[in-house]
Amino acid sequence: MEFFSHQTRFPFMATRKVWYTLSAILIVIALGSFFTRGLNLAIDFTGGVSAEVKFTKAADVDAVRAALTGAGFHEPQVQNFGSSRDIAIRLPPDAKLAPSEVRSKLEGALRQLDPNVQVAQLDVVGPQVGNELRVSAIWALAWTLILIFAYIAFRFHTWRLSFGAILAVLHDPVLVLGFFSITQMPFDLAVVAAILAVIGYSLNDTVIVFDRIRERFETNRRSPPAEVLDEAINQTLSRTIMTKVVTSIVVVALLFLGGPVLKGFSAALLIGIIAGTYSSIYISSSIALDCGLTAEHVFPSVKKAALDHLP
Amino acid sequence: MLEYARWKYVLVAAVLLLAMLFALPNFFGEDPALQVARKDHNAVTGEGEKELEAFLKERNISFARSYIDNGRLMVRFGNVAQQLAARDAVNEKYTGTYITALSFAPRTPEFLRALGLRPMPLGLDLRGGLYLLYQVDVNAAVAQALEGYAQDARRALAGAGIAVTDVTTVAVGSERPNAVRIVLPPEADASAARNALGQALAGLSISTLNLERGAAIVGVLTPAQIRERQDYAIQQNITTLRNRVNELGVSEPIVQRQGIDRINVQLPGVQNSAEVKDILGRVATLEFRLEDMQNNAMEAAQSGRAPLGSKLYTHTRVGRPLLLKREVIATGDQLTNATSGQSQEGPAVNIKLDARAGENMLKTTRANLNKRMAVVLIEKRRETTEVDGKKVTRDVTDEDVINDATIRGIFSNQFQITGLGAGEARELALLLRSGSLATGIYPIEERAVGPSLGRENIQKGVTALIVGMAGVFLFMALYYQTFGLVADLVLLANVVLLTALLSMMRASLSLPGIAGIILTVGMAVDANVLIYERIREEIRKGVTPQAAIRAGFDKAFSAITDSNVTTLIAGVVLWVLGTGPIKGFAIVLSLGIITSMFTSLMGSRALLTLMYGGRRKISRLAIG
Repeated sequence: MEFFSHQTRFPFMATRKVWYTLSAILIVIALGSFFTRGLNLAIDFTGGVSAEVKFTKAADVDAVRAALTGAGFHEPQVQNFGSSRDIAIRLPPDAKLAPSEVRSKLEGALRQLDPNVQVAQLDVVGPQVGNELRVSAIWALAWTLILIFAYIAFRFHTWRLSFGAILAVLHDPVLVLGFFSITQMPFDLAVVAAILAVIGYSLNDTVIVFDRIRERFETNRRSPPAEVLDEAINQTLSRTIMTKVVTSIVVVALLFLGGPVLKGFSAALLIGIIAGTYSSIYISSSIALDCGLTAEHVFPSVKKAALDHLP
Repeated sequence: MLEYARWKYVLVAAVLLLAMLFALPNFFGEDPALQVARKDHNAVTGEGEKELEAFLKERNISFARSYIDNGRLMVRFGNVAQQLAARDAVNEKYTGTYITALSFAPRTPEFLRALGLRPMPLGLDLRGGLYLLYQVDVNAAVAQALEGYAQDARRALAGAGIAVTDVTTVAVGSERPNAVRIVLPPEADASAARNALGQALAGLSISTLNLERGAAIVGVLTPAQIRERQDYAIQQNITTLRNRVNELGVSEPIVQRQGIDRINVQLPGVQNSAEVKDILGRVATLEFRLEDMQNNAMEAAQSGRAPLGSKLYTHTRVGRPLLLKREVIATGDQLTNATSGQSQEGPAVNIKLDARAGENMLKTTRANLNKRMAVVLIEKRRETTEVDGKKVTRDVTDEDVINDATIRGIFSNQFQITGLGAGEARELALLLRSGSLATGIYPIEERAVGPSLGRENIQKGVTALIVGMAGVFLFMALYYQTFGLVADLVLLANVVLLTALLSMMRASLSLPGIAGIILTVGMAVDANVLIYERIREEIRKGVTPQAAIRAGFDKAFSAITDSNVTTLIAGVVLWVLGTGPIKGFAIVLSLGIITSMFTSLMGSRALLTLMYGGRRKISRLAIG
């Protein structure tokens, strides 16, 4: 079986304005939502209480909320999740509430509704922990980007390629953040881990395309750069898409079968992988071309005079 | 012609065989088990094992196996009912001797266990349990130290007959108090005072200031000393928490430092946090007492009666019964420091008491040279037991003699305990600290996962893993035919290798960790795809099949290593900066990238060379 039986010849470079525009629109939407709606930060980052409760019979969300308010909890968020008997409760941080009291107070309030209620999971995060996690997540992101930039600069001697790779890499997490902002899916630590994995993984494609660009320049020094870049992308296209299809198979399995804990994580991976594939095919090389990339930039040691003598 | 060096075949085969061996223990599953440990921290002996086995048989509680692991007896049961019955029976009969804990024991066969091979431990999100994060008040520890210096300074000056206006703790060039300031009256002799303070403020950087109302002597703690104090407070609390957690009877608990001033405690299988915190938060103290040398402790132990004025200790860490006088020379809140170190006579524990206890010690040692002195660790806790279906709570005091030594000289507030092994000295210092006035700790984060949710999480993770892998395998086989099957074998080898590495590292597996394994399967395909696409390209160019295989591997090599480095960077950053489950994910991701490079570059090449190598004539490759 082969999806790409003959060598494809898509004119990526000639149509690049279209792809730039598409990316720009998506980024504007993502950032717009991010700055206006923000993210639905999970208690990992805000502090507070999150509980999963199993009732023995179908639970009335409003009654649960009323019972919690009656017990002195402020602004409880109560939701069904999974089945009608499973309830997720979220409470904002409350300085007056000691972590050790939460369980007994919560159980006490819920037992009035159902004496056999079970608290399956209970997380209490102090506000200072939440703050610190936010800071360490930002640091993790910053370090990953810095190290990857350094690696690209080392691998591709010309800033034109590095710049393309960097823009393509920034493109992907922005779209993931936009997705989480628009859908208001809970944004937790696992999502941050997924975004970092996406940054690394999406760069992977760009690096492979660039590797091929270098190889093509070596054999075709005299062809116009746009032609060489198109050739390189087309030649790696089958691999790029194949790999992403296979990775998406496992991520989709995680998304639908991994349960609620991994939902945000796998959603972030899936969006990131799609965005990453797009950016490494349509964006990274085009930007390098617009920065004026030629064979000499990739092989600075070869003088133009020497090239002229080649057949 | 297609060839592959023989040593590379050997390497691939050896690595895979080892990996299978290390990964093997993960496939046997677990049985409910009872973990039995001795209350006095000694290892359970073979005799103890036989006695308990006989006891369980006598009570008609059948069990699958029992063995001693790390000084604890593990008894495996066929079902939970037997496990619970055994726990209740052992608790009832041996309440003073053993501590029991419900746990799970792997059904790993004896020969694997004997080789030290174990399955990956499961994280709290997979087996259920309680996670607590404690904040240690390290600033209070520094304040305590300063208070101690201030007290010593007052005493030293009073002893030398020098008047003082004021002794306070102050902040010098820092936001928090980090210095002791002694203000003298205007007419006082500052240099005499400074000499008199030499001993009391030893180690501080001392300076003299001339204020309007008189000279002031300031002793400042260096940043290194402050850090040392903070570390000391953390260590002290970790030791205390560890001792108590051990007595909770939880199997495989984790107590570890997190960051500068945090301690995280992970208790698998524990649900009721209130009870746990009762025990973790209990009060401990120490007593230094003289040994009663007039009476024979062995005789007293046999009769069970202590002579007047003495107390009998039968369970001691020194290994024999002891009679101690009832008078207390010094208590735990007077202990200001206990560290292990080296003396001329080998490993030693250096002890420092406050000035008041020092005076008492001086009097005692002067009168009792060459007699013996012991240290008792006393802990008070609440114990809840079920009697006839009703919960009964009572206060329990545990007393444990942790050391017993001859008084070799006259000393006051600083002395050494020698004649110990290096390990013993360390442990004694830790125990002493756990009984000294502890710095406050309070929980700031708590996460509890019920056991049924844990099982559900495992199920979901494993289902996703199986479905994801099956999807990938099918796809590869359809798309690349024979080569796809080779890739599938290589992927399987990759999962085995990854499992083996994780089992060797004893890194606990959490749900994000399982997600990492699944993701690794998806990403490991990449290397194979790169190679196969290259081979197809070469074939299109009209190269012979064998040359195409060789060229495919050679040309894909740089792309594979390059592209994996970027993902590895992200993985390592997460590994370093992440905590808990995120760290688990990062470990799996990073190791998975390394194993997948090995299996796809070396493993699949070895396999393909075996299939198509040598001088065989091959007209066509089944690569789809």
